[in-house]
Amino acid sequence: MKALVAVKRVVDYNVKVRVKSDGSDVDIDNVKMSMNPFDEIAVEEAVRLKEAGKIGEIVAVSLGGKKCEETLRTALAMGADRAVHVETEVALEPLVVAKLLKAVADKEQPQILLLGKQAIDDDANQTAQMLAALLNAPQGTFAGKVLIEGNEALVTREIDGGSETVALKLPAVISADLRLNEPRYVKLPQIMQAKKKPLEKTTPEELGVSTALRLQAVRYAEPKARQAGEKVGSVAELVEKLKAAKAV
Amino acid sequence: MNVLVIAEHDGQTLNPATLHAVTAAAKLGEVHLLVAGSGVENIAAQAARLEGVAKVLTADAPHYADGLAEELAPLAVSLAAEYRYLTAAADAFGKNLMPRIAALLDCPQVSDLVEIVDADTFVRLIYAGNALVTLKCTEAKLVLTFRTTAFEAAGSGGNAQIAAVPATPAQNLSRFIGRELPQLERPELTQAKVVVSGGKGLGSKENFDALILPLADALGAAVGASRAAVDAEYAPNDYQVGQTGKVVAPELYIAVGISGAIQHVAGMQDSKTVVAINKDPEAAIFNVADYGIVGDLFEIVPELTAALKA
Repeated sequence: MKALVAVKRVVDYNVKVRVKSDGSDVDIDNVKMSMNPFDEIAVEEAVRLKEAGKIGEIVAVSLGGKKCEETLRTALAMGADRAVHVETEVALEPLVVAKLLKAVADKEQPQILLLGKQAIDDDANQTAQMLAALLNAPQGTFAGKVLIEGNEALVTREIDGGSETVALKLPAVISADLRLNEPRYVKLPQIMQAKKKPLEKTTPEELGVSTALRLQAVRYAEPKARQAGEKVGSVAELVEKLKAAKAV
Repeated sequence: MNVLVIAEHDGQTLNPATLHAVTAAAKLGEVHLLVAGSGVENIAAQAARLEGVAKVLTADAPHYADGLAEELAPLAVSLAAEYRYLTAAADAFGKNLMPRIAALLDCPQVSDLVEIVDADTFVRLIYAGNALVTLKCTEAKLVLTFRTTAFEAAGSGGNAQIAAVPATPAQNLSRFIGRELPQLERPELTQAKVVVSGGKGLGSKENFDALILPLADALGAAVGASRAAVDAEYAPNDYQVGQTGKVVAPELYIAVGISGAIQHVAGMQDSKTVVAINKDPEAAIFNVADYGIVGDLFEIVPELTAALKA
């Protein structure tokens, strides 16, 4: 059984981004970039399924500029077998990403497609669901637990108020929530090995997918910042202030 | 222009999130509310009384009973011809379902929007709430999900007509196995007027329960938690407030032993009044708190609980 794992290169989660002063974009020049944390969890899950003998091969795929190669090398160091880089310099919307991933999936024919539940830059939480729709495959979104049994994936999903479990016919699309697992740290020998693993290049044009944007970002702005208030010296003073503000 | 809102329910009652989605959708046109499930008369009757709903569409079939996206998406697509906007609340249900609909319709989606500027223009947050982006889309069809805390809940007093629509065939791609919903003795987190949240500073689940729960009860508050507290298993998953958990905007938010990482602040920065209790005077949470107390939470919290009870 083959797994396809999609990984995105994003601004590191510790970086607090700023909006450019002309409101034209978010300023991400010269900031630290890394693999989207949810995608790390997706890669880790694929590697664990392989270690458990459920999966034979893991193909990692990333879409975007030249430097996505680094993100793919990280996935290879974590345990993916080979990588596909869909190289493009243009901005991609989730629906375009889903179409590109479908084109890769049509070639690779994976049984399990693993993604993060959302990217921490656009916070869209769309791609996995869209990919499942395009493949007419079932979806196990916000997965907290994944079991492969025969020709089904049993996915326990995190929902409002608790969790639910669904059985999905394979091939299935699964999106990882934070609590699915704890991704491993890669060690130097693995990073060295990853450099020798195959990394194939393609483009949206070769895959026959249009990247035209249908949502136009007209302006970026800083949200209204909360101001730091005051520090109070005692609980009595706090209760008094809260009562005065009619907060309690 | 008509707007289709997909209602969320558990077979007994309409989910409060849907009430917020109705208010948002009403800004865009005439609202039709789709109630799909198995045995939905009761839900449809509740839906028809909502203010701002012009029509309730019911789709009744066993394969709609568990709210599976694989079954509900084709139903929404079968109705899409009459609507420019297909919408739902941006909670776990809407986030799971709506992108599937968007892809089947080959139309873009605007997720978790916080403001409707005009018929084609919407504002949403990106980068964990650190930036606002205004998006414009003139396409013939659009899928939208609404951040519930950005729109009021629709009131009652409406009297919409109810019409049944034909069910779409079962897809049988997925099977529902079961659901675990821990009993809540307190208000639901995203709906609560007051939220008391605990973080890693509490040190253990025993301390979390012993300190946070009595304070929440004294205030009639819902209980939240930071990711660190959830990961350390001081509190269940669905208590998590933040970018990857729930977004809350209560009247009063009390953060106890929470440092205030950007991912946490993303989930509570629209709260009206924020109180922080933390022993570290440099903790980032004090930058967003209206009132802060620097000190030992093990002394302060019981004292505060006692003072509020008095």
